[in-house]
Amino acid sequence: MMPTHIETGAIRDPLRVGNRDFSSRLIVGTGKYPDNDTMVKAVRASGAEMVTVAVRRVDLDRSREEGILFHLDPEEFFLLPNTAGCYTAAAAVRYARLARAAGFNEWVKLEVIGDQATLLPDTVATLAAAKTLVDEGFKVMAYTNEDLIMALRLEDAGCVAVMPLASPIGSGLGVVNPYFIREIKRRCDAPIIVDAGVGTASDACITMEQGVDGVLMNTAIAAADDPVAMAHAMRLATRAGRLAYLAGRMEAKEIAVPSSPTRGMLE
Amino acid sequence: MIDKGRMGAQTIHVRVNGKEIEIESGLSVQEFVESLDLDARLIVVELNRQILSRDSFGDVRVSGGDQVELVHFVGGG
Repeated sequence: MMPTHIETGAIRDPLRVGNRDFSSRLIVGTGKYPDNDTMVKAVRASGAEMVTVAVRRVDLDRSREEGILFHLDPEEFFLLPNTAGCYTAAAAVRYARLARAAGFNEWVKLEVIGDQATLLPDTVATLAAAKTLVDEGFKVMAYTNEDLIMALRLEDAGCVAVMPLASPIGSGLGVVNPYFIREIKRRCDAPIIVDAGVGTASDACITMEQGVDGVLMNTAIAAADDPVAMAHAMRLATRAGRLAYLAGRMEAKEIAVPSSPTRGMLE
Repeated sequence: MIDKGRMGAQTIHVRVNGKEIEIESGLSVQEFVESLDLDARLIVVELNRQILSRDSFGDVRVSGGDQVELVHFVGGG
């Protein structure tokens, strides 16, 4: 499990999803930025290779510049279209098909929302949509609850990644249930990417320390006072958490143990 | 987008992104998209709930009463 050249900080430790290696374990969203220039700078500062995008109607009353491809080079980043905003399996499948027709790839970040107030996933509908999309040849990365059984079901359905939430989308509450995140990671063979809820760098670090394969975030960066600086912080925190996990932390004890020798003290 | 000056130009009504608009009849999807000043390479077209391949934009014509969805990628998480 542990790479041998860990001390260099430059070990090759790619995120492997769907038979493809990604250079960063951090995946970032592209929504909610104050402007496109800041978005592009923040995405670059994050070091992410995979970035999420949404599928929406062209606004016929506005200029053509609003499309994200005018700002993000699809040669530089791997576009992961999402089905955000979909409340039924049928809607999510429709959005995924539209995204694939754009001609970049057959990947989709599947999310089917079940409740407007919490934006928690409708896992029953998510599973149904996942089965349809996998049958159609999509590489499905499924957003879900931190629920072990549903994670196993999504993996059985052929999802290339299972993406349990840390806490509700856009909440910034961090990992509310590290035990279940660890349990999902322990039991699933599919890559586990924690998606949603990270608020600041320590959350990203704690997430990665659970041993998961990656972390996906948007608001924590986009809504920071300085999104570019926060993106850089997230890059470092994701890396730090990953290395700490690989390094194997010391046992936590509710007792003090001196670090300096107790022998050799002066009389 | 409607060329009123053109002799004999007939118009049709279509529903585009939820909005009823009047366009010249006989346009291909490609011509229609360009008439809206959009880059056909960057959008996906759904015509009456069927996704059109980009290769077919030049061949498929827009007809009266059609429901057209023009979508693209925007920022999202």
